[in-house]
Amino acid sequence: MAEAVGAPRLEMRGVGKRFGATIALDGADLTVHPGEVCALVGQNGAGKSTLMAILAGAIAPDEGTMRIDAVPYAPRDPFESRRAGVAMIHQELSLAPHLSVMENIVLGIEPVRHGFVQRRRMRDIAIDAMRQLGHDDIRPDAQVSTLQPAAQQLVEIARALATGCRVLVLDEPTSSLGPADVRALFDLIGRLKARGMAIVYISHFIEEVKAVSDRFVVLRDGRNAGDGVTAAASAADIVAMMVGRTLDDMYPRGARTAGEPMLQLDRVVPGSATLTLHRGEILGIAGLLGSGRTRLLRAIFGLEPVTSGAIVVGAYSGPATPHDRWRQGVGLLSEDRAGEGLALGLSVADNMTLTSLEPLGTSFAVLPSRQLAAASRWIDRLGIRCAGARQTVGELSGGNQQKVAVARLLHHDVDVLVLDEPTRGIDVASKAQIYALLDELVCGTGDRKAVLLVSSYLPELLGVCDRIAVMSRGRLGPARPVEEWTEHSLLMHASGARAAS
Amino acid sequence: MDRALAADARLGRQSRIVTARRLLDERGVLLGLVVVAATFGVLIGPQFFAAANLELMARQTAIVCVAALGMTMVIVAGGIDLSVGSIVALSTVVTALLLRHDSSGSGALLAAFAALAAGAVCGALNGVLVTQLRVVPFIVTLGTMLLVRGAAKGLSGERRLEAPATWLNELLRTAQNGRGLLLPSGIWLTAALAVVVALTLQYTRFGRHLFAIGSSERTARLCGVRITRTKIAVYTVAGALGALAGVLTFSKLSVGDPTVAIGLELDVIAAVIIGGGSLLGGRGSIIGTIAGAAIMTIIQIGCSQQGLPNWVQQIVTGAIIVFAVALDRWRSKTQS
Repeated sequence: MAEAVGAPRLEMRGVGKRFGATIALDGADLTVHPGEVCALVGQNGAGKSTLMAILAGAIAPDEGTMRIDAVPYAPRDPFESRRAGVAMIHQELSLAPHLSVMENIVLGIEPVRHGFVQRRRMRDIAIDAMRQLGHDDIRPDAQVSTLQPAAQQLVEIARALATGCRVLVLDEPTSSLGPADVRALFDLIGRLKARGMAIVYISHFIEEVKAVSDRFVVLRDGRNAGDGVTAAASAADIVAMMVGRTLDDMYPRGARTAGEPMLQLDRVVPGSATLTLHRGEILGIAGLLGSGRTRLLRAIFGLEPVTSGAIVVGAYSGPATPHDRWRQGVGLLSEDRAGEGLALGLSVADNMTLTSLEPLGTSFAVLPSRQLAAASRWIDRLGIRCAGARQTVGELSGGNQQKVAVARLLHHDVDVLVLDEPTRGIDVASKAQIYALLDELVCGTGDRKAVLLVSSYLPELLGVCDRIAVMSRGRLGPARPVEEWTEHSLLMHASGARAAS
Repeated sequence: MDRALAADARLGRQSRIVTARRLLDERGVLLGLVVVAATFGVLIGPQFFAAANLELMARQTAIVCVAALGMTMVIVAGGIDLSVGSIVALSTVVTALLLRHDSSGSGALLAAFAALAAGAVCGALNGVLVTQLRVVPFIVTLGTMLLVRGAAKGLSGERRLEAPATWLNELLRTAQNGRGLLLPSGIWLTAALAVVVALTLQYTRFGRHLFAIGSSERTARLCGVRITRTKIAVYTVAGALGALAGVLTFSKLSVGDPTVAIGLELDVIAAVIIGGGSLLGGRGSIIGTIAGAAIMTIIQIGCSQQGLPNWVQQIVTGAIIVFAVALDRWRSKTQS
């Protein structure tokens, strides 16, 4: 690693940007040296995305200066930033799915002679870039849509290399990767670093930041809230800088007692799942990405067919549609917030009340006044930051969007909450709020709920759940009390290495 | 200090732009309607706004308007219905056929209802095909457009069907000579239906479900909206409204004509789009649609009264459609 010496590769000074009345950035600084991985951390809305959009030339800053290798840099559009050697790998990959690997790699810099693309040189460039990454196993002719997410990400990085990138920005690169792919990615980052690349690494996961970065820079409310050498800072220190206070108890836990069974699965396929969820408990399902957790939840909810087995919800059994499940008092929170969980074009009020419009008017009518009143109550209750119940959900930040999706289940007053990755991609403060809410729902004496929680984030499962079951290769194991699990044993079970645990 | 002032000025300009966009979002079409009407008012003079001329324009708009009520609902739900022109033709044929059997007052009522039923059946067919075959609505209704047109031609033996005069022919006849209540009964019918459909879209579960399906079908499914049922219902209603537009067409023509209203679906879709509807679904309003239809009629009638040839009128209408959608892109930028 070595303490950064010499001229910085990238230097951003006093960058400011306003959107209307909102100050997105208020004089933020970021410096990255060649051969260095600098983690950029901060809560949602802290200004990370805006700062990176300015770096990528997607938006112009109101004030501030940028330099790359001491040369003033002021890109007018993303193409100019790419030519200056800045490459971004976003959470959502920007590949043309119907083109081949090599066509994607040379997209925009196609080698041409007399107006014709030279396919052989194109192939050479692609093979060379993939070899530099140490992944010549990916065929240059393969169609990108047939590749796994991890391989697609490699293609994007190869494209960055092929365009001669000097500054590489990775924005939540692990969000769609399993643990093995994450390790491979970190190895790759190490190799790129050794070649003198300057890397900006953005992540919500402090563990990742600790594992991969040399230095970190914390943004809060559009300003620098701290920075330092990663090895010298604890995770708690970094989180404290992000939230501006110390989070003493992330996972509150009241007195919980399991009541009567609310949801019973008996050898349900997909998932070959047998479990009983009781009133007043949070049951977690751990497992790797693609282990079939989401499919099981969707089958329970009637969004995918149940091949065999029985699902009993309270007094109901037999096949059910999502419509039936809501009426039986079961609500599902989708893992795909933007694509399925919320209708981003509709208002906060419409999204919250869509499942239970009946109480909002007589017979088939829906009275907007009652709809807005109901929504406003949940906006206050969950502290959702928005301009009002009429605001379009797509305009909110990730954390606030997720609270709207959760509010839908609360407004419907479901007895069984089926939550698929409820805290994915949201900021620490919103996470803490959701954990507190879940605890509140299952504790107490009154109308207690039951929660079935799927998560890839093990500390969260261990912190929140009463019992945890592990899904591995499409099979759900038995649920055991949380005290019997550790992060290590969960991982061992999830990766199918039961005997070793 | 200077910097703060500059920032304030910038902020002021930006917020003015945002306000302008919001304003256009809410009332853009109505503003456009006023501008277009005022333009022709200046060109032609006050007689452009004479009662008789306004009534003429209302009578011209009614047919497109009624069909566009259904189209608005379909487009809000993320669909499209290209078969509406053919349904209009089928409806005139069915009406004429039945009137030839019984041309009494009640016979005319029966004929009109039979036409509506035929339209509803065509609409239901669209709905069933869209939901069961999972083919995109554009293709399904492109198919039924030909299918229904063929059926209309077959039923009529490929000729215009003369029919005896009944009260149906009075629906769009002028009320200027003291007959009727200020406006022809067909206009009142259109207005009443517009109110019903507008209220349905905004203030009923069915309406809110249409917006949800159009905005994100997966979300609607997750939230327990019964997609199949709702979609079949909306196409059926659109088919019936198309057939009603056909009855109004028959009223104007007083014959059943299987070749009438070719390309009408494009006028209808244009009205919805000018009125702020999005072909991606999730957006659209009845007030906007009616204003959109009115804008097209005013251009049409204004141009002909100004003595401008038909081609000018087509160019202006075409430009307005493109402009309306460009405006839509611009105002949706505030959301991103």
